[in-house]
Amino acid sequence: MKKSGESISGMSNGTKVVVIGGSAGSIHVLIEVLPYLEPDSLWTVVIVLHRKAHPESTLGMLLNAYCKVPVLEVVDKMPLEKGKVYLAPADYHLLFEKDGCMSLDVSEKVNFSRPSIDVAFYSAAQVFGDNAIGLLLSGANSDGVEGLAHIAQYGGTICVQDPATAEVDFMPRQALNKLKVEHVLAPKDIAHYINKLNDK
Amino acid sequence: MLEPDILRDEEITMLLNDVATIYGYDFRQYSRASLKRRLNRICLVDRFSSFAELRYRVVNDASYLQHFIEEITVNVTEMFRDPSFYKVLRQEVMPRLGTYPLIRIWIAGCSTGEEAYSIAILLKEANLYHKSLMYATDINPTVLEKAATGIFPLNQMKAYSENYIRSGGNNDFSTYYVTGYDYAKFDSALSERMIFSTHNLVSDTSFNEFQLILCRNVLIYFDKDLQERVFKVFDESLHNLGYLGLGTKETLRFSTIESNYRQVGDEKIWRKH
Repeated sequence: MKKSGESISGMSNGTKVVVIGGSAGSIHVLIEVLPYLEPDSLWTVVIVLHRKAHPESTLGMLLNAYCKVPVLEVVDKMPLEKGKVYLAPADYHLLFEKDGCMSLDVSEKVNFSRPSIDVAFYSAAQVFGDNAIGLLLSGANSDGVEGLAHIAQYGGTICVQDPATAEVDFMPRQALNKLKVEHVLAPKDIAHYINKLNDK
Repeated sequence: MLEPDILRDEEITMLLNDVATIYGYDFRQYSRASLKRRLNRICLVDRFSSFAELRYRVVNDASYLQHFIEEITVNVTEMFRDPSFYKVLRQEVMPRLGTYPLIRIWIAGCSTGEEAYSIAILLKEANLYHKSLMYATDINPTVLEKAATGIFPLNQMKAYSENYIRSGGNNDFSTYYVTGYDYAKFDSALSERMIFSTHNLVSDTSFNEFQLILCRNVLIYFDKDLQERVFKVFDESLHNLGYLGLGTKETLRFSTIESNYRQVGDEKIWRKH
């Protein structure tokens, strides 16, 4: 049964929110994808990665250096804006609020992970409905698969990195085994896919 | 495990209205996305298969309320969480607190007390403990009882000890506790100047004047309006030149009280001026 997500203020209607979840082997993919994202776009990208809980982490700076669009590490209640890339901070779950901002949460780990990709996908599904796009990259954990199912259930679009191109193919393969995935993308095609969302 | 998807948004609003009206606990300005997860989780934990079952229990069983509050608030905390934060407290804040004849510290939303004991250790090591009073408050009386015992799981001690060392601690961390079968009990000399009390940041007001207020990873559960209210309570409760410490992803930046504060270095510590 399809459920409809509720619309939110703060972003124009129809803004596509691409939530990218990744674990082992996914930073390389991002470095291959982010430089090709076009500035002044109509989508929003939110990245949720499993990584070490170091508040001094430089991942945001690293990704920014590769990117033509701004990459922002999320702080509590940061508003989502189109054309920007957001990065979930280490050691917090990331959630979406109906007023168009993001909340953080230090509750229990899910799938041994915080941030958990499932938690972010789940929340995106509920808030953005058919404007939510979940993309699961390389990884050794099964985090993210249940969340993808939720996005599909709420009318959103689900994609995975082509397992043949993944450094660790367990995560995207799990999704392909369990779900009807709409797009299977090689890293070189991911930026093109996201940029094309502008046309819809 | 991911929580089930049972409750609808308007049902949550209805339930929160009930809880506020009947019991006087107002969760309506909590961040909704996180609260929704907690409420769906309680359905899993307590085996409610529908909103109606949950609501019936909450409305008709007053004895269930404490458990309900305990489950929907997040009580994940650790000692010396974010060591670089504690390093700045140790090196910059403690020496300045030392100039006061009596140091009052408020740990707001202290949960099971790990941060209160961390601060107590900093005060001991700065030779300020004897002239300090620590007020540790939380909405939830059950966690305060735990905090007062000073007993924490033994399997956490390795991580806490590493945090302690990274915060600039030079002692052997294990001298602060004795171990039992699977727990560590902290020295009661660390808690003798702690006062544990319930305090609800949603509805209660300032109750004293402090030189240091810590409220870490509590405001993330509140919406912006409620955050603003709490910042005002803190502002009223802070001594001139007092310090406010927040969680690593929380900020005073968008608050109306910000102009009265200056950030201390890169850490989430602000000093009132």
